[in-house]
Amino acid sequence: MILDQTTIWIVIAGLAVGTFLIRFSFIGLIGDRELPEWVLRHLRYTAVAVLPGLIAPLVVWPAATGGNPDASRMAAAVVAFVVGMWWKSVIGAFIGAMSTLYLVQYLMG
Amino acid sequence: MTNQHPNPRAAYWSGFRTGAPFILVVAPFALLFGVVAQEAGLSILQLMSMTVLVIAGAAQLTALALLSEHAPTVIVLITSLAVNLRMAMYSAAMVPHLGKAKLSTRLWVSYFLVDQAFAVSILKYEETPDMALSEKLAFFFGAMSPVAPVWYAGTLAGALLGSQIPPEYSLDFAVPICFIAITGPMLRTPAHLVAAFVSVSVALLLAWIPYSLGLLVAAVLAMIAGAQTEVLLARRKA
Repeated sequence: MILDQTTIWIVIAGLAVGTFLIRFSFIGLIGDRELPEWVLRHLRYTAVAVLPGLIAPLVVWPAATGGNPDASRMAAAVVAFVVGMWWKSVIGAFIGAMSTLYLVQYLMG
Repeated sequence: MTNQHPNPRAAYWSGFRTGAPFILVVAPFALLFGVVAQEAGLSILQLMSMTVLVIAGAAQLTALALLSEHAPTVIVLITSLAVNLRMAMYSAAMVPHLGKAKLSTRLWVSYFLVDQAFAVSILKYEETPDMALSEKLAFFFGAMSPVAPVWYAGTLAGALLGSQIPPEYSLDFAVPICFIAITGPMLRTPAHLVAAFVSVSVALLLAWIPYSLGLLVAAVLAMIAGAQTEVLLARRKA
């Protein structure tokens, strides 16, 4: 796939500066001020609010199959989720899921 | 009582030993990011710039996934920065411990304020309240010392390796799998589960909206759902 070079560099620069400013925010700029409880409560869920929604369409309509739902990819996603959640193991989830993907693809020919 | 004889050297190595096991988590993730970034069409210079300047794997993968879908630049940035918003919380939590360090030191702390460094440092500071500022800083940089080089080198290795892997290995699916693998362990409480469920459902329902705007709506609703569930559960317990 062809990506626009300027866009890539803008994203790299913007992500670098933005991420740094987020990390620098309190320790460098705002200092010793308590965050209101309701803000903390929402911040706790930012990652789990973005990542699952980003993945879901990629699992249900994978680009590699032209957007058609695919059994091997669904099975792999379920394995990744279950292993990751139950055993809290990122590597275990990844290995389990890729093995499932290859196994189901092999079984279905 | 504060420590009369601060020993930053010992604190540095203590941090180093605490951070070292994270190599096992960071190395595969870095490799994977390298492979995926290379497959997405980034040059070595581009993907290494990203990995060195940003050091936040989940946000970097988010940016890649959205770039590949040709989402508008603003959406790519907003969404991937949203993944990093939790780090504002880390920054705030570090203020009572490292807030009195020199500005130049705090700049470096901010650059290295990643999940693993934050988690082990804050735990250490709470367990040993009599640490001197110099020891706290030494511990923090000690914890990052084994992790950061592995992150950079792993990305490079992944990028070089990625160009050798033929397409029949279905590596296209490594990105979603990697995301699910890192998200699973984050689902620690019922509130986190509710947030993830809302995020998935709304994102699928709104997938028809152009420019990946549906994802942003899903993320906002999921955050609110998580926070509200937390309040409800706390109230029921009280």
